[in-house]
Amino acid sequence: MRALEDARAPGSIASPPSPWDTLADGVFRRLAQAGAWLILLLLGFILWEIGAKAGPGIRDYGVSFLTSTTWDVGREQFGILPAIWGTLYSSILALVIGGFFGVVMAIFLTQDFLPPRVAQVFRTTVELLAAIPSVVYGLWGIWVVVPAIRPLANWLHEVLGWLPFFGTTLSGPGLLPAAVVLAIMILPTVAAVSQDALRLVPYRVKEAAYGMGATRCEAILKVMLPSAATGVFGALVLGFGRALGETMALAMLIGNSNQLTLSLFSPANTLAALLALNFPEAGRRETEVLMYAALVLLAITLVVNVAGEAIMAYASRQAGRK
Amino acid sequence: VSRPSIGLADLDATDRTAAVGVPRLQRAPFEPRALRNTALTLGAWVAAIIAGVPLVSVLYMLIVRGGSRLSWEALTELPPAGFEMGGGFGNAIVGTLVMVGMAALISVPLGILCAVFLAELGPDKKLANAARFGAKTLTGLPSILAGVFAYAAVVLVTGTYSAPAGGIALAVLMLPTVVLTAEEAMKMVPRITKDAAYGMGCTRSQVIWKVVLPTALPGILTGVMLAVARAAGETAPLLFTALFSSYWLIDGSQVALMAPTASLAVLIYNFSGMPFENQIELGWAASLVLVMIVLIVNVVSRLIGQHKV
Repeated sequence: MRALEDARAPGSIASPPSPWDTLADGVFRRLAQAGAWLILLLLGFILWEIGAKAGPGIRDYGVSFLTSTTWDVGREQFGILPAIWGTLYSSILALVIGGFFGVVMAIFLTQDFLPPRVAQVFRTTVELLAAIPSVVYGLWGIWVVVPAIRPLANWLHEVLGWLPFFGTTLSGPGLLPAAVVLAIMILPTVAAVSQDALRLVPYRVKEAAYGMGATRCEAILKVMLPSAATGVFGALVLGFGRALGETMALAMLIGNSNQLTLSLFSPANTLAALLALNFPEAGRRETEVLMYAALVLLAITLVVNVAGEAIMAYASRQAGRK
Repeated sequence: VSRPSIGLADLDATDRTAAVGVPRLQRAPFEPRALRNTALTLGAWVAAIIAGVPLVSVLYMLIVRGGSRLSWEALTELPPAGFEMGGGFGNAIVGTLVMVGMAALISVPLGILCAVFLAELGPDKKLANAARFGAKTLTGLPSILAGVFAYAAVVLVTGTYSAPAGGIALAVLMLPTVVLTAEEAMKMVPRITKDAAYGMGCTRSQVIWKVVLPTALPGILTGVMLAVARAAGETAPLLFTALFSSYWLIDGSQVALMAPTASLAVLIYNFSGMPFENQIELGWAASLVLVMIVLIVNVVSRLIGQHKV
């Protein structure tokens, strides 16, 4: 007790907490804990809210909702198979294009290709690509991407029209322009996460490769990429998750036509675009089935994103062990 | 390979090194593996430049097409109807600022509270791990689903499309970004600084309020600004929560807060599908304004971030 009283003596800068301090401490700590709970509650609330509102739709349409291809508000027939197909098809296309460029960009920025200043220019470019709003990409897609790829698309249709991928002409909106814009939008995600993965590879691994006389090409392809493979794969999965849920650019570019097609130039539909276009004017019944569609989208993206996060966590644990 | 019958002097330089087992140390630029290396370097450059093309093209279109229509009138007037000429998107700018402001007011305090727990109070507790996982999962939530959620939780309950519904949808999207970046920023505060404060007899809250938060402030602000920039550009969550309106949020003395509210992003989307030249031009001008807002916020966040611990 002597020590405490001494500590409070004038001239000392240290003092034990007053009862008020202790109370404030307890309250604040509880508040912060409540903040952490809030995130979990919010996630649960979102799941519950969408799940509960989808209830009537699930009850009335069941599994056939997932396999039927008609969307007819007048006859109350609803099915989202074309939208699911379009979502997966456009996202996979975008992942092939955007994933390739994203990973190359990550390698380019981390493997000593550039002096730091120039690297900063490219890094900023990628970050700005991520900053442009989706709706602006949509507008740009309508006026720049569609006219730019139409001649090529129609030429491919004429020459290789017997292939199902080039089975139709590109008359305006369609899968390919949507996928191209989507690829640009997921590139920053893939690039950022793969950069993290490449940086997790211990420096001495790279040094060892160069010490053995490997060229940069060999060091990257045979040492760095295999070492960072798990993380790069995680980056691709997370990019895929982004693509699945992207809405506006697709609603503006994909053409919103409910059909199952392999053709890259044909209009199609995605779950997110379906929601964006039909929700504002939906009646009671349609709102219920749209909630069902939202639940399907939520389930797909949740699975993909959780898988991506799990892969990334595994990758960093792996790197920690080395 | 030894060649005992020939003396070393009879061989040219390359053979000589091979003969005594010393590796050839000169660079051979036309060796297949060196060529592959050059090809890869070139390929990486080409791919990186191609990846930069869309950004240049977007900015060029915005400046040329949006810039030509941008005027004081466009910034301050109400949106035109069908065949009308002129008009602007003043109410949409106000609407965007109001809704992003609401979203920030909700998500920033809650997000920082949560981050305090994750970084300082119980970084390794089960709750912290679960909350961190939840935040990462929320980062991947498609923005349209934030809209669906706000529609179910706010629009259906209050019975009207409104600015708060839009603000709540945006807050759901901002929250995980704020939490995760604020946590990172607080973790960067050096252990010894905190220990010094504890040594003076501070409670944990005092350490957090007087040492951790002020030191981590630049990093936290960077995260908040990035979240704001993202929210300002979001369209999908506003489509059926705030909807759109052709009128001012504040008309004379009346504040129409619980009524459909305009936003730049939804205006661009609506006008992009219209067959009228005037609206499309306005859509481009609105895009330019929106991108400028987003980029300015981004640059400011970067400037703040430079002063990080």
